[in-house]
Amino acid sequence: MLTTCLKRIKSSIQFLGAGLMLLPGLAMAEYALNFQRPVTEIAREVFELHNLILTIVIVIFIAVFVVMFYSIFAHRKSRGHKAANFHESTTVEVIWTIIPFIILVSMAIPSTATLLKMDNTSGSEMTVKIVGYQWKWQYEYLDHDISFFSSLSTPRAQIENKEKKGENYLLEVDNPVVLPVGKKIRFVLTANDVIHSWWVPQLAVKKDAIPGFINEMWTKIDEPGIYRGQCAELCGKDHGFMPIVIKAVSEEDFNKWVSLQKDKAVSAAADSNKVWTKTALLKKGKKVYEKSCQACHGATGAGVPGAFPAITGSKIATGPVKDHLAIVMDGKAGTAMQAFKGQLSDADLAAVVTFERNGLGNKAGDIVQPSQVKALR
Amino acid sequence: MSEAAHHHPTGLSRWLFTTNHKDIGTMYLVFAFMMAIIGGLMSLVIRAELFEPGLQLVDPNFFNQMTTVHALVMVFGFVMPAFVGLANWMIPLMIGAPDMALPRMNNWSFWLLPPAATLLIISLFVPGGGPAAGWTLYPPLSIQGGMGMDFTILTVHMLGISSILGSINIIATILNMRAPGMALMKMPLFVWTWLITAFLLLAAIPVFAGAVTMLLTDRHFGTQFFDAAGGGDPVLFQHIFWFFGHPEVYILVLPAFGVISQVIPTFARKPLFGYSSMVFATAAIAFLSFIVWAHHMYTVGMPVAGELFFMYATMLIAVPTGVKVFNWVATMWRGSMTFEAPMLFAIATVFTFTMGGVTGLMLALTPVDFQYHDTYFVVAHFHYVIVGGSVLGLFTAVYYWLPKWTGHMYSEVVGKWHFWLTMIGINLTFFPQHFSGLAGMPRRIPDYALQFAEFNMWSTYGAFLAVFSQLIFFYLVWKTVKGGEKATDQVWEGAEGLEWTVPSPAPYHTFETPPKVS
Repeated sequence: MLTTCLKRIKSSIQFLGAGLMLLPGLAMAEYALNFQRPVTEIAREVFELHNLILTIVIVIFIAVFVVMFYSIFAHRKSRGHKAANFHESTTVEVIWTIIPFIILVSMAIPSTATLLKMDNTSGSEMTVKIVGYQWKWQYEYLDHDISFFSSLSTPRAQIENKEKKGENYLLEVDNPVVLPVGKKIRFVLTANDVIHSWWVPQLAVKKDAIPGFINEMWTKIDEPGIYRGQCAELCGKDHGFMPIVIKAVSEEDFNKWVSLQKDKAVSAAADSNKVWTKTALLKKGKKVYEKSCQACHGATGAGVPGAFPAITGSKIATGPVKDHLAIVMDGKAGTAMQAFKGQLSDADLAAVVTFERNGLGNKAGDIVQPSQVKALR
Repeated sequence: MSEAAHHHPTGLSRWLFTTNHKDIGTMYLVFAFMMAIIGGLMSLVIRAELFEPGLQLVDPNFFNQMTTVHALVMVFGFVMPAFVGLANWMIPLMIGAPDMALPRMNNWSFWLLPPAATLLIISLFVPGGGPAAGWTLYPPLSIQGGMGMDFTILTVHMLGISSILGSINIIATILNMRAPGMALMKMPLFVWTWLITAFLLLAAIPVFAGAVTMLLTDRHFGTQFFDAAGGGDPVLFQHIFWFFGHPEVYILVLPAFGVISQVIPTFARKPLFGYSSMVFATAAIAFLSFIVWAHHMYTVGMPVAGELFFMYATMLIAVPTGVKVFNWVATMWRGSMTFEAPMLFAIATVFTFTMGGVTGLMLALTPVDFQYHDTYFVVAHFHYVIVGGSVLGLFTAVYYWLPKWTGHMYSEVVGKWHFWLTMIGINLTFFPQHFSGLAGMPRRIPDYALQFAEFNMWSTYGAFLAVFSQLIFFYLVWKTVKGGEKATDQVWEGAEGLEWTVPSPAPYHTFETPPKVS
C-alpha cells in the first residue's frame, strides 16, 4: 500500500521534473535538480523518503500561501473591504495545532524505519577502513591486507583555468576504491588530523571521520559503475579538493584486482632494496612532491607565509639529512605537517627528500637512498 | 524634574557618554548597518569566486576566511546588534518607560561592540590570516589556525559580554518599568519576543563563551578538552557549540517574529489573531530550542537512540512555528489591508521564512539529513531563515518605525524599489542553492564540479543584485533623516500602542510621567 503510494508520488515527481525540462532555457543546460540516481536499496529508500517529505511540505506550503495570497487579493482596503474584528478562536487554534502534529507523526514513522536499517551494520561480508587526511583518503581493506591512498587527480592546470576542464573535474582520483557489488560492506571511519566526512551521494552514505574515534556505516551496491563523492566537512585549505571515487565491480573482477594489488606490494618492496641514481630519485621525487607536498608548500617551495613554511632555503631542507627525514616521516605535532611514513613507501620518501634538498632552489648536493629510510622505520 | 536635568549634550560626547535609550538604539542600528555592508562585501568575494568552476580570484585559504568571517560578522555584528538597537529604541516606548532600567550599562554594552568588531577585522591581516575553520570553529581544525583564531575567540568574548549585559538590561526593563496597567499579557508582541529572546541569550551565550575559552586553552595552555590523543573529545565541542548555536538561531529570529506581529495587525487594520497562543508558541519554541541541538550533527556517529530523540524533538518545533504562521495569515484574513513598505516586507518575511521553515523540517529527518547535511541545501535553508526571516524582519521594523524616529515619511516609491529588488536578489541567490545541494554540492568549497555551474552563476548574479540594492535603502534612510513629509504622531492609520502616542520624531525624553494603560 505504502510502496504503491510512494511509487505514484515518485512518478508524478518525475513527470513534474520532465515538465520543468521542457521549459525553454532550462532545456539548454543540464540542470541537476534533485538527488543523484540511487544505486543501493537504502539510497532508494532515502530518495523515496525525500520525495515524500518534499511533496508533503510543498502541498502544505501551497495551501497556506494560497489562502494568504487570496486574502491579499480580496481583503484589501483599495477594494473597499471592511476589516472584521475577530481575534481568536479556540477551535481553529486547536485544529491547526493537532493536524500538523498528525502529519509529523506520519513523517516520523517511515523516517525511523529507514534510520534503523541504516544503523544496522551486522552481517557484513567485508570491512574497509577509511582514514581522512588533509587532503586525501586512505583505504585499508581489513580482510585483504591492502592499503592505499587516494587523492585528487585533476591537474593543477585545469583548476587554475589554464587547461580545459575535464568531464569529471574535481571528482577524479588516482586510486579509486574498488568494491564488489552485491556484498554488504562495512566501513569503519576515522581521521588522522582534523574532522572529515566521507560522502557518496548515490550510496546515501555520509559519516564524519573523527580523529581518535571510530565510526561505522555500511552499504550494499547493486550495480557495477563509478560513483563519485566528496569530503563534506570543512577540513582546511583543500577541503574542496579531496574527492571520493568508488569503482563497483563484479566479485570476479574484484578478486582479480585484489591479486593485482598484492603484486604491486611485492614490487614496491623490491624498490626499497635497490640503489637508485640521483636522476631517478629526482624524477620520482618531483612526482611525489606534487602529490603530497605541493598543496601546502607550493609548486615552487615558497609555502604560504604565516601559514605553511617555505622549503626553499629552509633550515630543514638544507641542514642534516637526519632531521629532514625525521620531520617528513614523523610530521610535526599541532600543525598541518603530517607523518608521511605511513603514507609513502621507502622509495617515495627517499625520492621526495632528495628532491626537496636538490630541487626547489635548494642545493644540498646529497641524496637519500630507500635503504636509509627503511633503516629508520 | 527640572528642565536643567534634561541636558541634551551635542557633538562627540553626546554619543560617547550617552545613557539615552534612543541614542544608544541609533548607534546600535548604525553599527549594525556598517557591519552588514562589510559582511555583504565578503559574501560578494565568496560569490564572485564561485561564479564559475576553477580558482579565479582568491586562494582557498582566503576563501575559507571569507566564509568564516562573513558568518561571524553577519550573525554577531549585524543581526544581533540590529535587534538590540530596535529593543533599545522601542521597548521603553512600547511599555511606557522613560528609559532602559540600567542606562550606564547600556552605554557600555554598546561601546564593547566597535572594539570587538575591529579585532575581528584585524584578524584578517595578521600572519596566517583570519579564522578559516568556519563560523562553527570546530576543533581540531580551529586548533591549527594562526593567531587570527585567537583574535576571533577574544572577539566572541567581548560580543558575548555585550549581549549578556544587553539582555539583563532588557529583562530588567520589561519586568520593572512597565506603565501602570500594562500587564504582561497586554504587552506588545515585540516586547514579549524580546523578553524571551533575552532569556535565551542569558542561557546560551555563556555556554559559547565556555566553548571558545576551552578552545583557547587547548591552543595555548596545554589542555586537551578536544584532543582525543590527550583523552579529550573533538565532538564535545560540537555538542557545546550547538547547545548555544541552536538557541542562537531563535535569538536571531524571534524578535523578527515580534516585529511581524506588530506590523501585520497595523496594515490589516485588525487585531493580532491569537495573541496568547503567539506568546505561548514563542515560549514553546524557546524551550524546544534547548533540546534539539544535536540535529546539527547527525553525521558524527551518535547512538541511534540519540538520533531518534533529536529527530522527534526537532520535528516538534514545526508545531508552534506553524501556529505562528497560521496566526499571521488569520490576522490578514478579512482585514482591510494596505501595502506600504513595512507590510510588503512583513508579508515577504512570512513567505520566505516559511520556506526556510519547511526545509528545516526536512533537515530534521535523520535519514534524509545524511544526504542534505553540509551541502548547499543547508546553505539555502539557513539563508532563507536568517535573510528571509531576520533580515527582512529588520527591514520591516525600520520602515515601520522610521517615521517615528525621524519625524519624516520615507519615499514609498523608493521603498518599493528597494523591496522588489531585494526580494528578487535574495531569491535568485538562495533558491537555486536548494538544487545544487540536493544534486550533491558540498558547502564551504571554493571550487566545484561542472554540473553545478549554472545554478552557481545564478546565485552570484542574485547576490550582487541583493547587496547593491541596499544602496537604495541607504539613500532612502539618508533622505528621510534629512527631511521629507512630516509624519503624524500615529503615522499609520491602523497603528495602535504607546509608541504612537508620543510626537514624531519621538522627543529625546519620553514618558517621564508614566502613561495609564487601560
